[in-house]
Amino acid sequence: MKSLVKTVFIKTLPVMTGYIVLGIGFGILFHSKGFGLIPSVLMATLVYAGSMQYVAINLISGGASLITTAFTTLLVNARHIFYGISMLEKYKGTGAKKPYLIFSLTDETYSLLCGEDYPENVDSGKYQFMVSLFNHCYWITGCALGSIIGSAIPFNTAGIDFCMTALFITIFVEQWLSVKRHLPAIIGLVSAVVCLMLFGADAFLIPTMVLISVLLILFRKRIGGDKNE
Amino acid sequence: MNNTYLVLSILLIAAVTAALRFIPFLVFSKGKQTPKSIVYLGKFLPYSIMAMLVVYCLKSVSLLTYPFGLPELIGVTVVVVLHVLKRNTLISIAGGTVCYMLLIQLVL
Repeated sequence: MKSLVKTVFIKTLPVMTGYIVLGIGFGILFHSKGFGLIPSVLMATLVYAGSMQYVAINLISGGASLITTAFTTLLVNARHIFYGISMLEKYKGTGAKKPYLIFSLTDETYSLLCGEDYPENVDSGKYQFMVSLFNHCYWITGCALGSIIGSAIPFNTAGIDFCMTALFITIFVEQWLSVKRHLPAIIGLVSAVVCLMLFGADAFLIPTMVLISVLLILFRKRIGGDKNE
Repeated sequence: MNNTYLVLSILLIAAVTAALRFIPFLVFSKGKQTPKSIVYLGKFLPYSIMAMLVVYCLKSVSLLTYPFGLPELIGVTVVVVLHVLKRNTLISIAGGTVCYMLLIQLVL
């Protein structure tokens, strides 16, 4: 148990840094619009979606209608459907932990759990649960801290959010080095860049995921659905 | 601005987000066999999506105005090179992030 905690802590360390920083950013911003600790923690606990929470600050402080809020959430978070599809098999047989695992499936948790690099001799459901819970706690802590300390951070943190980019890059490189066929990775890269140019920074995620799915299915024979090791 | 509106908005955002996360698991429930094409997608999406997430993090970088995405380019390169050489996630992330922070705070 102790070694599992340690393993999970080390594995989630990059997410901890990122979540604390981004959470503080959220807390500060939400605070500046006149919302205190309780709404910030409530949002971090119940919504638990980074980019959506930033969007929500604008919606709520601008007094958006509930219908607008619902639709915006639908658009910003629709990508989560694809994470779910990807985790269907991995979350099988996780029993009572499953609802929480699904609820807490953020971009970062997904990035840590979608691969094959699970620790040995550990119940995978337990491992998934701990990683999810640790990440959730980091996020809540960050959002609470930001709300409390306001903007009084003693050192220049500009650029520290790059750690999230770096996390995704290391996972990408790790995946690239561990498989022989790189077509899925290339499909993802090309689709994202093309859709970014076509649809712009605010609206390219969903088209990208649709394009990725279509291309993966078109190239199914070449990718070979059976083995990628 | 009243508290009812605030709480309702938060609950609504939470409900829609959770619904999106639960949909695939409800649609492809354990009773039925998950379609083969969905299992296939589930297996290979991670490789594509990770590339997309990298692009997503860099989406706001402007290549046409100063500093032309150079800090990001250098930061990304440092992470990739460190990772290929050391295969240690923490070293790669710390190295790239510190390098990026120094670049945007002190150099560019």
